[in-house]
Amino acid sequence: MKNVTFILNSKSTTVEVDPDKPLLWVLREDLGLTGTKYGCGMAICGCCIVHLDGDAIRSCVTPMSRIEGKRVTTIEGLSNDRSHPVQKAWMQIQVPQCGYCQPGQMMSAACLLAQNPKPTDADIAEAMSGNLCRCGTYQRVRKAIHLAASLTAEKRVAE
Amino acid sequence: MRVIATAKSSYHRCIPGISVMKLSILLVAGCLLSVVRLFALPESTANSPKPRDAAIARAAFSEAYKVFMHPRCVNCHPAGDSPLRGEDSRPHAGLRLRRGPDGQGVLTLKCSNCHQAQNQQGLHMPPGAPNILKDGSLDPSNPRWHLPSMKTPMIFQGRTEAQLCRQLQDPRQNGELSAAQLIHHVSIDPLVLWGWNPGEGRSAPPLTHDQFVASVKEWLDNGGACPK
Repeated sequence: MKNVTFILNSKSTTVEVDPDKPLLWVLREDLGLTGTKYGCGMAICGCCIVHLDGDAIRSCVTPMSRIEGKRVTTIEGLSNDRSHPVQKAWMQIQVPQCGYCQPGQMMSAACLLAQNPKPTDADIAEAMSGNLCRCGTYQRVRKAIHLAASLTAEKRVAE
Repeated sequence: MRVIATAKSSYHRCIPGISVMKLSILLVAGCLLSVVRLFALPESTANSPKPRDAAIARAAFSEAYKVFMHPRCVNCHPAGDSPLRGEDSRPHAGLRLRRGPDGQGVLTLKCSNCHQAQNQQGLHMPPGAPNILKDGSLDPSNPRWHLPSMKTPMIFQGRTEAQLCRQLQDPRQNGELSAAQLIHHVSIDPLVLWGWNPGEGRSAPPLTHDQFVASVKEWLDNGGACPK
């Protein structure tokens, strides 16, 4: 067991864990943040995506030893009042069907928009290719990302 | 420069029976040949006392080539812009991966988003290797997984022995590695070493790592000749 200290959703957090334990299970079991989902456990489906220093990593295969001193953002930390453009767009378009993969989809979308504020359909298809949805919500995901991009642009103009 | 200085000192130790003019011509030609050879040979072998044997070099490269062309090496040295996977070097299924300018992937699909500093246990789990810190030591917490950069893609896939042999020695294509640096790279780079610790369900290259390094060294120590 080892103490691992990191910034979780803007708050300094220390947990005593096995350094090999995957971040996903520390978030869900030890810290009660169940928004991040377990899908395949093999870094394939994208359900468990969180941001690690801004990168959209798969928490099911990321050991806690890698987290020390870094900044982790989960779906709960995207905003504290559902004001993130991705959250707004997801609600407006009503993207989810069963909803299980959606936290991962939204974290990937937020990562994409942070680096490419005006993505094309091709950019979206590429960046979201690591997120699987058994309900087939891909077209609504794409529509919501375009909407989130416009909401972000409007916010910038307003500011 | 050192070779030229040696030649000048030879000039002053004139051999009896040879005119100074003839001796000068011979020495100048000798100097030129020495300089040309010095630049043509890899750094680590320039001062080697051993005679260089092109046949030995070619045979050694043929051995090393078996490793270079193994899927553990080819899969991250692809001809295209995306990594390959498996024993049959197939595309990385589903994911639209791109190498990106620095070889680390792009946007939401960076190599280290899935690959860690060590192999994940179990079949079909993502392999991993540790990063290298600035002091040269290994960083067991952070991954090094990546492709060669866009500027220096170091393509192995589909290269013939002769093509790969020339490419590995071309500073414009090999990231400006000298022979010594190339030997160092194949000796200690965690991504190279990973080939011999590939995790469950993946085969290792046909030579041992020691045999591979010895073949690369023998090839370069013998002048780095390439197959015709």
